[in-house]
Amino acid sequence: MVDILKPEEMYNSIDYTIPSDRWEAVPTDLSGGKFCYPAKKKNQDYLGLVTRDEWSPADEDWKLPDNWEQIIYEGFKDRLEKYRSLKIFMDICVRCGACADKCHFFIGSGDPKNMPVLRAELLRSVYRKDFTTAGKILGSIAGARKMTPTVIKEWFSYFYQCSECRRCSVYCPYGIDTAEITMMGRELLSLLGLNINWIIEPVANCFRTGNHLGIQPHAFKEMIDFFCDDIEEITGIKINPSFNRKGAEILFITPSGDAFADPGTYTMMGYLMLFEHIGLDYTLSTYASEGGNFGLFTSSEVMKRLNGKMYAEAKRLGVKWILGGECGHMWRVINQYMETMNGPADFMEVPVNPITGTRFDNAASTKMVHIAEFTADLIKNNKLKLDPSRNDKFKVTYHDSCNPARGMGLLDEPRYVLKGVCNNFYEMPENTIKEQTFCCGSGSGLNTEEIMDLRMRGGLPRANAVKHVHDKHGVNMLACICAIDRAALPPLMDYWVPEVGVSGIHELVGNALVMDGEIERTTDLRFEPLNEEEE
Amino acid sequence: MNVNYLSSLLAVVVLGLVAYVGAGIAGLQGVFGIFIPYLAVVIFIAGFVNRVMGWAKSPVPFRIPTTCGQQQSLDWIKQNKIENPSNLFGVIARMFLEIVLFRSLFKNTRTEIVGDRLSYKWVVWLWLFAIMFHYSFLAVVVRHLRFFLDPVPFLVKFLEQIDGILQVGLPGVYISGITLLVGAILLLLRRILIPKVNYISRAADYFPLLLIIGIALTGLTMRYFTKVDVVKIKELTMGLATFHSGVPEGGLGGLFFVHLFLVCILVVYIPFSKLMHMGGVFLSPTRNLANNSRMKRHINPWNPKVKFHTYDEYEDDFREKMIEAGLPVEKE
Repeated sequence: MVDILKPEEMYNSIDYTIPSDRWEAVPTDLSGGKFCYPAKKKNQDYLGLVTRDEWSPADEDWKLPDNWEQIIYEGFKDRLEKYRSLKIFMDICVRCGACADKCHFFIGSGDPKNMPVLRAELLRSVYRKDFTTAGKILGSIAGARKMTPTVIKEWFSYFYQCSECRRCSVYCPYGIDTAEITMMGRELLSLLGLNINWIIEPVANCFRTGNHLGIQPHAFKEMIDFFCDDIEEITGIKINPSFNRKGAEILFITPSGDAFADPGTYTMMGYLMLFEHIGLDYTLSTYASEGGNFGLFTSSEVMKRLNGKMYAEAKRLGVKWILGGECGHMWRVINQYMETMNGPADFMEVPVNPITGTRFDNAASTKMVHIAEFTADLIKNNKLKLDPSRNDKFKVTYHDSCNPARGMGLLDEPRYVLKGVCNNFYEMPENTIKEQTFCCGSGSGLNTEEIMDLRMRGGLPRANAVKHVHDKHGVNMLACICAIDRAALPPLMDYWVPEVGVSGIHELVGNALVMDGEIERTTDLRFEPLNEEEE
Repeated sequence: MNVNYLSSLLAVVVLGLVAYVGAGIAGLQGVFGIFIPYLAVVIFIAGFVNRVMGWAKSPVPFRIPTTCGQQQSLDWIKQNKIENPSNLFGVIARMFLEIVLFRSLFKNTRTEIVGDRLSYKWVVWLWLFAIMFHYSFLAVVVRHLRFFLDPVPFLVKFLEQIDGILQVGLPGVYISGITLLVGAILLLLRRILIPKVNYISRAADYFPLLLIIGIALTGLTMRYFTKVDVVKIKELTMGLATFHSGVPEGGLGGLFFVHLFLVCILVVYIPFSKLMHMGGVFLSPTRNLANNSRMKRHINPWNPKVKFHTYDEYEDDFREKMIEAGLPVEKE
């Protein structure tokens, strides 16, 4: 890991003093630790994207192709014609400043170009020059700016300092969504082969193996089998989930992080136990073994290419509907993009919970249900035997992941589940949860080691709110429904609030679930004693 | 000192002088009183329509509302039907609150570092200034319809009564004229004095505010201090409205032409500037769409054909390993 400041030093280094130079004149800092490593050529190649020979953002000369200006101009024009959002967001911002201090990266870094309004101006200034009458005639008086290699560097830096969390768009009087701006900026950079590896490698992996981590089918199965062994040890119950099984009623898809890295793995165990307990007729797929979609952070086309596997696999296996696991951006894609891109899903049926009979009419068209909706329905209908006291050592708070909160509105379902499975639940302050929630600081493909300083700064608002409930109520567990959170929040907590752990909500469900025929449990899913006093 | 607002101020002063000299001293009252207003209106309509058509021409490929409340989900979970609408009715309610009451701006908070805590305090000022400014502007515009309509409609008279409810001064003070000026000045001061806002502000932000301040100042001066001849003005404006235009006998004062000219500049400026937010706010895809894309399919007119990695390709790649692991395969 890169050396970064100590927490107190970082906290005290935050300075909101505005630079004396106009922002256009402030050079972009691309020294080590300030940028994400660029995409490897083999990954771009595999996906058929524009490739680049090895380069570093720290290089003085980025050796852009000769016609780079034309590529950007035409790419911009094309996107203006394709997206009304882009056109409108370029034209109507009044720079009222309501968004300025809503961005976690601005709050943590104090860098004015992390104010959403300025992030958008990076693009807007070029738009004015190339596409507006006033900008063409009046130039800089009208806020227009010529495209130069310096601007490209600035774009690369700041469009990879935005996690597309949409918090700013909640406060914008016109709903201007910086996520849209960042997506367009990244797509334009991609036309010059300027991607980052932390995004493109998972995308290439996912394209080939079906998941971001590049887990091959046999290894995927082995991992799940391994969790089943653990479950047997803890509960005495042997589970045999099926893989790629035709004729199953439901296809279950969750982010591959749940199969690979702690603490996501405990959440995976929770799913498996839940499905076993209710006798669900489901199957896992090794081909569609990824819920997440880093294509969303690359371009709409790449997003579509990765997402296509979900419906393709559902069709091949002949399932009735799809159940989706805990993941943030995955649900932005499913809720707002999937069926538009890869539908219609008319080969499936409107999802019905086979245990409760509840019809999920809100998923009537995509045929895909969120696990929190599913489990909330089970708990409401008393279909689960739960012993919340098994989670008594946890004082739990809940982190709304950006995408389910602001790209879907999944707010009460996970809370209902949590309150059903644990006795100690405390909310963080109102301005930091639900639609006002703060990003983990590492979303949209920024969960990479080399920018640890930025990630800890970006995650500060979230961590600070956790610290508040930690100090006030003794909160020691941060529950979330996002695989990126489960990867990003543990180091964030270690850094800012070291006594707080991170879990998915279905880990806590797994702890509380009283399965038929289970042995007396002595440990939780992490093989830690159920109650701290017994230690 | 900041070149952005100084240049804007200079521009407004020069524009004012042009009208004062042109119409008041050189006597080009036909140009400033008839020709330019007509030209301004034509440019405004053409520019406005062109801009809106330009937006409308680009499709909305994806349904991307920013959801600010609980989604429609299980029956027993209470949906926030306005902040996260799932049907047209909810969208209309959301847009109504947004456009009429500036709902999102009302949520504004201020981030501060207080000791070892970050605090996010609700702040109402920006919302308050914005509401004051916009509604004053609306009231002033509606009141000015009196100059273009004969007989004066009831609605205009009614608004004048309310607006003049203070019943002080002669002629009676209209609240909206004062609050428009105060609102614009407050918004301007915000831009000049708050460092963050100052840093993001451009000439294009100062210019319209200063222009409107100029319009308000000349208007208030004519009404309350120089007591302009309203009958003559109405003769001119009614002429414009009925296409029987002519400059009233004896002409009008230079100040009136400054006022009128600045209004013309504003009207012309709208379609080419951020003031188009008045049209754009209706079309913003994060606000004017229902969050129902899991219930109903949304169509992207340019949905691209892309290369997928098919299951067959996948199985070809891993068949041996799959068979060995006991995973079912399509082709043995």
